[in-house]
Amino acid sequence: MAKSPLRQVERDTMRSEPAPKVAVINMYAAREEIYPREADGRYARWRWACVWLTQLVFYGLPWLQWNGRQAVLFDLGARKFYIFGLVLWPQDFIYLATLLIICAYSLFLFTAVGGRLWCGYACPQTVYTEIFMWIERKIEGSRSARMRLDRQPWSAAKLGKKSAKHAAWGAVALWTGFTFVGYFTPVKTLLYETLTLGLGPWEWFWILFYGFATYGNAGWMREQVCKYMCPYARFQSSMFDKDTLIITYDRARGEPRGARSKHAPAQGLGDCIDCSMCVQVCPTGIDIRNGLQYECIGCAACIDACNSVMDKVGSPRGLIRYSTEHAMQNKLTPQQIRRRALRPRVLVYGAILLLIVGAFFGSLAMRTPVKLDVIRDRGSMGREVENGMIENVYRLQIMNTDEFPHRLRIAVSGIAGIALATPDDVSLAATESRAVPVRVRVPHGSAHPGSNRIEFELEALDGRPMKVEEKAVFIVPR
Amino acid sequence: MADFTSGFWSIYIAVLTILGIAGCAILLWTQSKAKVAVKADGTVDTTGHQWDEDLAELNNPMPRWWMWLFYITIVFGIAYLLLYPGLGSFAGKLGWRSTGEYEAELKNADAKYGPIFAKYQHEDLKTVAADPQARAIGERLFLTYCAQCHGSDARGSKGFPNLTDRDWLHGGAPEQIEQTILHGQHGQMPPMAAALGSDKDVENVAHYVLSLSGSTYDPIKAVLGKPKFAACAACHGADGSGNQAIGSANLTDKVWLYGGSADTIMETIRKGRDNVMPAWQDFLGDAKVHVLAAYVWSLSNIPGASD
Repeated sequence: MAKSPLRQVERDTMRSEPAPKVAVINMYAAREEIYPREADGRYARWRWACVWLTQLVFYGLPWLQWNGRQAVLFDLGARKFYIFGLVLWPQDFIYLATLLIICAYSLFLFTAVGGRLWCGYACPQTVYTEIFMWIERKIEGSRSARMRLDRQPWSAAKLGKKSAKHAAWGAVALWTGFTFVGYFTPVKTLLYETLTLGLGPWEWFWILFYGFATYGNAGWMREQVCKYMCPYARFQSSMFDKDTLIITYDRARGEPRGARSKHAPAQGLGDCIDCSMCVQVCPTGIDIRNGLQYECIGCAACIDACNSVMDKVGSPRGLIRYSTEHAMQNKLTPQQIRRRALRPRVLVYGAILLLIVGAFFGSLAMRTPVKLDVIRDRGSMGREVENGMIENVYRLQIMNTDEFPHRLRIAVSGIAGIALATPDDVSLAATESRAVPVRVRVPHGSAHPGSNRIEFELEALDGRPMKVEEKAVFIVPR
Repeated sequence: MADFTSGFWSIYIAVLTILGIAGCAILLWTQSKAKVAVKADGTVDTTGHQWDEDLAELNNPMPRWWMWLFYITIVFGIAYLLLYPGLGSFAGKLGWRSTGEYEAELKNADAKYGPIFAKYQHEDLKTVAADPQARAIGERLFLTYCAQCHGSDARGSKGFPNLTDRDWLHGGAPEQIEQTILHGQHGQMPPMAAALGSDKDVENVAHYVLSLSGSTYDPIKAVLGKPKFAACAACHGADGSGNQAIGSANLTDKVWLYGGSADTIMETIRKGRDNVMPAWQDFLGDAKVHVLAAYVWSLSNIPGASD
């Protein structure tokens, strides 16, 4: 913080007469409404492309069908997670953990290379704010019209515009909440339940809660979420270094700033005409010319705004641009900046990310859809049966995570002459989990008294070859 | 319901809880009123900590929104203690109990699965046993409730009867099996050493018992033991074939609940046996027991069912 609270107190006490003995030093700053001006340009188009991409996926995905069911559905009640051809069970939780690690490392990598790319282009807070601001612009007009409207006393016209805006926001928010719940309750059922008002209490809660959060965050909170609530905004600096691309004002080129006549040549002035466009478009209300600030979400709106101004005054673009601290200090060429992007930090992040992504997809591809657990009957150690054979009883917990039936062969190995005394083939219906009791026999004398290591094996008798193995012990009574 | 030994402890805890809440409220209130002293020269009291040359730490109250969150926790706490159990042994206005939740869950499950069992309950046990779906349900029930003693394969172990053979202590008709599961069984054999006489007599009777089932035995001892067997015949019958009405074992087959060696039989005669199968009616209910009984009967009567 640049301003010392002590100085603040000093001013307060000097102003008030006579000076009070005690005071509450108030550090709270009321929010000043920010009216971001619309920016148009290359980066705005990128941002909108990200809005379209993320939202088409988010709103569209629940409506896709796959093999007669919803393509992406997280069925919490049945504890099954359907993602196109893949069905994940609670046992596959490790994939979620890995996915989160991948997300984290992607974030590290992107941030090390390009600063707050996530914040500026893909974060839901940014994306929904973008959508909500678009609605606001369509209904209340441009930045100056909105400021004028807010200063006006209440009138029928103002009330009409405001209610139209909030109604539109509310509709988008509710649809967002509806879509969110559509990932957990089949979306067609949900639509029917919504139309007939037959939603369950939790569905009501989550649609309204998620909708309210969307409305509140994108409509009202906006940059405050990034400035005060988001933890990522605060720890990103640990991934920044002097070669990270950040949105930078070229001070050497721009200063001294100043307004100038269109016809007279600028006298001793830099390229910045101090039009404050970069400040007006900023969604967090900062002045990028003060350097890198924690409030900057990296949306590049100021780059677009400045570029169009530079075009108009006939100066080269890029007074505000993606650049690095090193590049500013040492006047690096874009080529040098690119070369410096491949520094150890980026390479390490990249290598780890690549490794985890590889492991993730490799393990998904090699994942066996049948799971096996062996539980030995503890009630008896082992029994002697006909011909002096020793018998142990096991319960095989077999789980078919596929959406089609499987026929499997049970095999057991580890002791000479070991064999199943129960049928060795078992059929499992789609997504069935079953306990199969099996009896295993070994000839007398082929195993030493006590516990012997054995191994069960399941082999698919149909479809793609697949083997699942599980260790167990065989107990021979003394 | 009070689990305290005396009413004092309930009041003790309630008073501590209320004092704790009141203490928190007073602390919050005084802290939110705290003000920082400003000295005549305009400087203020700080905690004395200073960083980065000019960053000092004031002793301000916490932000208002934060204080309000604390106040809300107090309101929540009081409301909670009024509605739910928590204040000493006060049960709360809503009458909530954890057993109530369990019962509600049980009721839901019954509503969901009850009709499946109800469908079978009105069918004859043999008809139910012929239904593969009922057998699959029965197997799951068996693996959950019966397998601990009788084994996952229902073949039992020492002291726990094998349910896949056709030898029954208390009767193998489907209805008899159902009765056994519903009400349990208590199989008792008294110690017979005193009634039989000497250790020698016990050994002789044991060999006579072995001879009944055609097992390996000592003919001389068996002949000597035969007259002594009269003491056993009261329960096991003169021919040793047992009596299912009182659960006495058939000694003429090669099925042994505790083992068929001469030593084990002598131990059984000397010490007697006491064996309990618990009753399941209260725990599982008639409908589930019906399906279970059909499954158990199927193990020895439907080919392949016990594999």
